[in-house]
Amino acid sequence: MAIVVKAEVLEKTYQAGDVAVRAVRGVEFTIEAGAFVAFVGPSGSGKSTLLNMIGGLDKPSGGRLTVLDTDIAALDRRAAADFRGANLGFIFQDFNLIPVLTAYENIEYPLLMVQDWPAEKRHARVTELLDAVGMADQADKRPDQLSGGQKQRVAVARALATQPKLVLADEPTANLDHDTAYRIIGLMKKMRDEFGTTFIFSTHDPKIVGEAELILTLEDGRLVNAAGGAHA
Amino acid sequence: MRKVLKLAARNLARYWRRTLLTAGLIILGVVAVLLFVSVSGSFKGLIVGQITDSMLGHVQVHRKGYVASIDNLPLNLNMKPAEVERVEQALKGTDLVVASSPRLKFGAMFSNFTETTSIRLNGVIPEREASAMPMLAGRVVQGNIAGGLLEPGKVLIPEIMARGMKIKPGDTVVLVATNLDGSVNGKTFTVQGVLGDVTGPGGRDGYVQMDDARALLRMTEAEVSEIAVRLKSLGQLARAKADLTAALSEFKNPQGQPALDVHGWDQLSPFANIARMIDLLDVFVRVMLVGIVLISVMNVMIMAVYERIREIGTISAIGTPPRRILALFVSEGLLLAVIGTLIGAVLSYAIVYALNIWPVTFVFGREQNLLLQPSLATADVGLIAIVVLVVATIATLQPAWKAARMDPIMALRHV
Repeated sequence: MAIVVKAEVLEKTYQAGDVAVRAVRGVEFTIEAGAFVAFVGPSGSGKSTLLNMIGGLDKPSGGRLTVLDTDIAALDRRAAADFRGANLGFIFQDFNLIPVLTAYENIEYPLLMVQDWPAEKRHARVTELLDAVGMADQADKRPDQLSGGQKQRVAVARALATQPKLVLADEPTANLDHDTAYRIIGLMKKMRDEFGTTFIFSTHDPKIVGEAELILTLEDGRLVNAAGGAHA
Repeated sequence: MRKVLKLAARNLARYWRRTLLTAGLIILGVVAVLLFVSVSGSFKGLIVGQITDSMLGHVQVHRKGYVASIDNLPLNLNMKPAEVERVEQALKGTDLVVASSPRLKFGAMFSNFTETTSIRLNGVIPEREASAMPMLAGRVVQGNIAGGLLEPGKVLIPEIMARGMKIKPGDTVVLVATNLDGSVNGKTFTVQGVLGDVTGPGGRDGYVQMDDARALLRMTEAEVSEIAVRLKSLGQLARAKADLTAALSEFKNPQGQPALDVHGWDQLSPFANIARMIDLLDVFVRVMLVGIVLISVMNVMIMAVYERIREIGTISAIGTPPRRILALFVSEGLLLAVIGTLIGAVLSYAIVYALNIWPVTFVFGREQNLLLQPSLATADVGLIAIVVLVVATIATLQPAWKAARMDPIMALRHV
């Protein structure tokens, strides 16, 4: 299997006033294509920082991070945006849908504003995704007319719109009740099966963690355990 | 670009109260400026038209030093026949001139046999005066000018004098004038008509025929005090003055300076200062519009960026290029400006139209019932629209730039 993410002695240090905070300390792992991976750990363990670095939103302070054969640290601001737009999908804890757009338009947004897809192709893709996430009958509703679970379904569809190779989800179920959270994780897994996309999500919910095929546990910025089908 | 504009429109609609308020400010500014430009332009045009078309003409030619002493109406500073001939030739030599009228200006005593007062008189050739001053005939408020503006042996007198001395057309009056030698001569005239007063120099002058004026002054030579010139267009004033000055420069006085002066109406009428003040106010009003648009659009866009930091973080995280984020916010500011300008222009046209249907009259100086007929030039509307759009773009650039350069991590963490 092709390697999607490879971290080598990865470091991230923040400066909080006069204090240097080591958020990630010498982390090493690889994630293969099509994996369904969970970063697990308590708040402040470095899960989100790792996801942000993989997503090209943040840069490592040391070590090497290769995502889809690209050295993330070498990308400047514009190149990082292009890289994200071309290769990655994002799912956020607070859904982060654009409030003035309908469910359909939110899914369409990256195709329209990031990748410039032609109208016909765009429509086919959005319709396919709306069906896939079970939101076809809610296509014309705006985010404020949808429940939390429905919003996250739309967010999953939006993350998959551009057919990314990798989807990053930072605490995607944190604002959902358990049943809905399970359904969203189930949906993400289904999408992985259907489209072959690699999913990496962070969570501190032990019940959700069980759904992952590879679990990378973090504590104080260190990788303390790796369990499942990939190696760490 | 269409998709960016569509999204920008949605965002404006999202904060509709703020959008309405800002668009309202822009509309108010555009309407204020366009109405001021229109009404002040109409007022200026009306008064300048009255001054130039009924008294001064667009340009006047005098002997050097005459204008400085014009209050005394000096007979010793009249143009001699050779100078007059040269001026007439110069006027014929340019295609900018429509008509010209030589005038012999002098002061006289005016008597109705019971009361006497002083009067400023213009000796004119009626046909030429009527051609050069097309609004003069319209000033005749009493009397009959069907047979010509002015007949031999008759006088046109100002209304203020007719009213004060209870004189009406057909009455006989006596004009007494002192000639260049200091001798006094008197002559009876019949009042042919009464002229309505207008503001400005010459607005209370009387008129007699040129031959009658020369007879009264016992003038043997065909001297004139000034030649009033009407141009094809007031816009050609500067060029006409330059052409005439050049053509008359060969005439030198004993000091070796040009013997003849060419003056524009704006050098002869105090209203020119008011016109300049109106132009200055026009600039101030435009500057105020720039301020209104700059502050209101900048304010609304700064607020928009501040309130949508997480949203900016989201669209940035999913790969929206910074230039597109910049375009999105600039489009919002531009759309606001376009909406404000369009509605403002339409409202202005409507108000100007209404002002022409239900005209407003006003009083200026001694003139009553002056009719305001404002109009809006397309060039003015276009210029204002360009100013608003450019200023709105400038006002949007800083917040839009900030949004485009925002760190997605910081933006996504924003609460």
